[in-house]
Amino acid sequence: MKSLARHRRGLLPASLANLVFLYAPIVVLIVFSFNAARLPTAWEGFSLQWYVLLVRDHALAAALQNSVLIAAVSTVIATLLGVSAAVGLERLPWRRRVWLEGALLLPLVIPEVMMGVALLLLFVLVKMPLGLLTVTIGHAAFNVPVVLVIVRSRLHKLDPQLEEAARDLGATPWRAFRRVTLPLLQPAIVGAALLAFTVSLDDFVVTFFTAGPGATTLPLKVYSMIKTGISPEINALSTILVLASMGLVGLSLLFQRKRVHA
Amino acid sequence: MTTDSTGSRTNVCHRAWVLVPALIWMGLFFFLPLLIVLLISFASRGTYGGVEWTFTLANYRDLADPLYLWIYLRSCALALATTGLCLCLGFPLAYYIAGEPARRQGIWLMLVLIPFWTNFLVRTYAWMDVLRTDGLLNTVSMGAGLTSDPIEILYTDAAVLIGLVYGYLPFMVLPLYAAIERMDRSLIEAARDLYAPGWAVFVRVIVPLAKPGIVAGCLLVFTPSLGAYITPDLLGGARSMMIGNFIQHEYLVVRDWPLGSAASFVLMAMVSAGVWAYQRAGGERLL
Amino acid sequence: MPSRLFRGILLLGAALCAAGASSACQPQSEPSSKTLYYFTWSDYVGPGLLESFEQQTGAKVVVDTFSSNEELLAKLQSGASGYDVTVPSDFMVSVMMKQGLLAELDPAKIPNAGRLAKGLEKLPVDPEHRFSMPYLWGTVGIGYDSGAIPTPPDSWSVLWDERYKGKISMLNDQREVFGAVLRSMGQSMNTRDPAIIEQAKARLLKQKPLVKTYTSDHFDHLLASGEVVLAHGWGGPVARAMALKPSIKYVVPKEGATIWADCLVIPRTSRNKELAMQFINYLLDREVAARTSERLLFASANREAKALVKASVRDNPAVYPDEATLGHLEWMLDVGDALRSYDRAWTELKMK
Repeated sequence: MKSLARHRRGLLPASLANLVFLYAPIVVLIVFSFNAARLPTAWEGFSLQWYVLLVRDHALAAALQNSVLIAAVSTVIATLLGVSAAVGLERLPWRRRVWLEGALLLPLVIPEVMMGVALLLLFVLVKMPLGLLTVTIGHAAFNVPVVLVIVRSRLHKLDPQLEEAARDLGATPWRAFRRVTLPLLQPAIVGAALLAFTVSLDDFVVTFFTAGPGATTLPLKVYSMIKTGISPEINALSTILVLASMGLVGLSLLFQRKRVHA
Repeated sequence: MTTDSTGSRTNVCHRAWVLVPALIWMGLFFFLPLLIVLLISFASRGTYGGVEWTFTLANYRDLADPLYLWIYLRSCALALATTGLCLCLGFPLAYYIAGEPARRQGIWLMLVLIPFWTNFLVRTYAWMDVLRTDGLLNTVSMGAGLTSDPIEILYTDAAVLIGLVYGYLPFMVLPLYAAIERMDRSLIEAARDLYAPGWAVFVRVIVPLAKPGIVAGCLLVFTPSLGAYITPDLLGGARSMMIGNFIQHEYLVVRDWPLGSAASFVLMAMVSAGVWAYQRAGGERLL
Repeated sequence: MPSRLFRGILLLGAALCAAGASSACQPQSEPSSKTLYYFTWSDYVGPGLLESFEQQTGAKVVVDTFSSNEELLAKLQSGASGYDVTVPSDFMVSVMMKQGLLAELDPAKIPNAGRLAKGLEKLPVDPEHRFSMPYLWGTVGIGYDSGAIPTPPDSWSVLWDERYKGKISMLNDQREVFGAVLRSMGQSMNTRDPAIIEQAKARLLKQKPLVKTYTSDHFDHLLASGEVVLAHGWGGPVARAMALKPSIKYVVPKEGATIWADCLVIPRTSRNKELAMQFINYLLDREVAARTSERLLFASANREAKALVKASVRDNPAVYPDEATLGHLEWMLDVGDALRSYDRAWTELKMK
């Protein structure tokens, strides 16, 4: 293994450079959110004024409220559908399963623009007015595969004999599922739900096409702020978003890794 | 209660119906909309926008026009460049991580993934901040004496490229890491023991062994970069446009929905080709 | 993980779901007399302008923004139907009238519609104001940094000047950009001749390498920070840039430019037409209009408001066009079917 070690040591600078590349913009973003200067040309001292400005911004508060609401509702829908799909798929014969699973995972692959315009056209054709409801529907649709993928991989690893044993002992299929499989799946379900929540909070493209009056979400607001020009307020808002996303995903991974107590 | 084939068939009947609500929801809000897009791509446009339901192939014919072909070519070129750069940057990193002890591997992978989980808009905005005329890039390079005039990089193809590479690097690193991790190290050792020079070991041994990861990574980067929207929109300054922006342009500016739908379907076909190629190359499941 | 916690999360989720479902359904089914949905230009949003309306009527105003007429039309056409008041430009008003997208206004409910400012009498669209009320007006021209440009420019051709390569920004607006190039060619900006449109497109393609970016939203920032020295834009944002950097000046090129008037309209699908007319009346009130003009740096269409505006704003030609300029301005008109030629040319310009 000595040759490998020598080989690899030379790669350390390259790897670190990669990490710098990945983190530098975010760090710059966060650092400059504390800059007292308005025009972001020079550092003029530490200041929290941009954060204060954010807190006072009503439109922003409304956007945040919308985002959280849409995320919560769409996550619940997506989790219910995703879990039931995962369980249902497990019971199918292999051939059909692969096809259906592929179909249900398709949204993860197609470009978001396509999903956005497709949903827009659907709503136009059925004359459904654009608003909070249409955005929520769209979010629930692209989050089902997210939940499905995570729950499926956990379900796959479970021992099917556990549930069969429960039924051998006289439990109904539903009871066996509820008392044996579901608790085993809990961490995956919660982890998947947290991830779906984050994905919904962060979504821009699909929301952009399906939003209507009064349905401005946080990413939409950030986008229009960015279009109006680079400013430290956006840095401050971005910092909060970055920390929130990291926190939520961290929680999600924590849940997925937890060992289940029998 | 038996576990033989009859028993498991009862199982199937009992349980598979749980799948139905999800199928209905996705059918209604995913497949049906896609079908509508397909249908509208064969319709005609009203004078001020909107749709007139007269069947026509004109939209697809129009797309064969050099102007529109050019957009697809450009996008492919940018996506290819992104893939190439991601490969060059990601391979050393993946190789390094694969050689680390198991626990540290987890930490490295985490570090690579964390930026990925933050809001894409925010990450793209961060690059706008760094690349503008008086942003970090120019401050550092002028301060270090590397350049005397500011590098005007924002709102060019180069900026879009940087943004794309930044966004999709993890998609390259992860499959590469997975493949390299599984490589049989003794083969590399053997090559070295046979006095093969470094570059030969790399080209003749390492690369072929890592091929599944390379193929997976390339396809996983190429496909989403092709349909990118936010990156060219914000970093391109409305002059460096890709297919995603073109589709938005047709829907929300020119209001030519049939043409936009046709363009979407061509993009969808390209993406599907990419996914199919990935499956054919023995696509590994990432999760 | 304790199953209690799990159940708790499920319950919380269900509760949020119920709350969400009820509040999401509400705006769609019942007309809420307490919320007004206002869809306006991103430049027309400013602090302290809507609070007294909210206090007087007890209604809440929810504001969404757009940055081009085409974007507005696209949103309205694709079913964003909950808006109560919106602000298209003059030629877009006629397009919307032709498409039956507007509700008729009741002049009795809008007593503040005073006499129009000088220069607006020839507004070609909806002269009886049955569907629209002029709100803010102005010109399109070039904002430039007099510190970086030795001789004050007076022609559109300065935007094609190689010396300023990479330091020019153009509006991200199809009609305006073509308007500029057509005027520079001595043509009308409402031409329907495809050959002329092609020539215009060719000129624009030649200009593209010199253009840093096409933007309708932040050219004032770009001017103020020095990233561009020439910006094609509306007078108001240039006036904003002037406040940040005194060397910025504004000029309406001698070949002629757009005179525009943005008008308040009520979409036919509005559920709150009474409140909407109250809102329009409020915006046209002399005091409110004057304050709006000062804060947003746009000229008010209300002639009486001008007198109440402070001198520094009133005398700024970027905000209130002066007599001399009024002579060579052109109103933008709907070009009907010829729009397709413009659409295609614009797409080509953006994509190449």
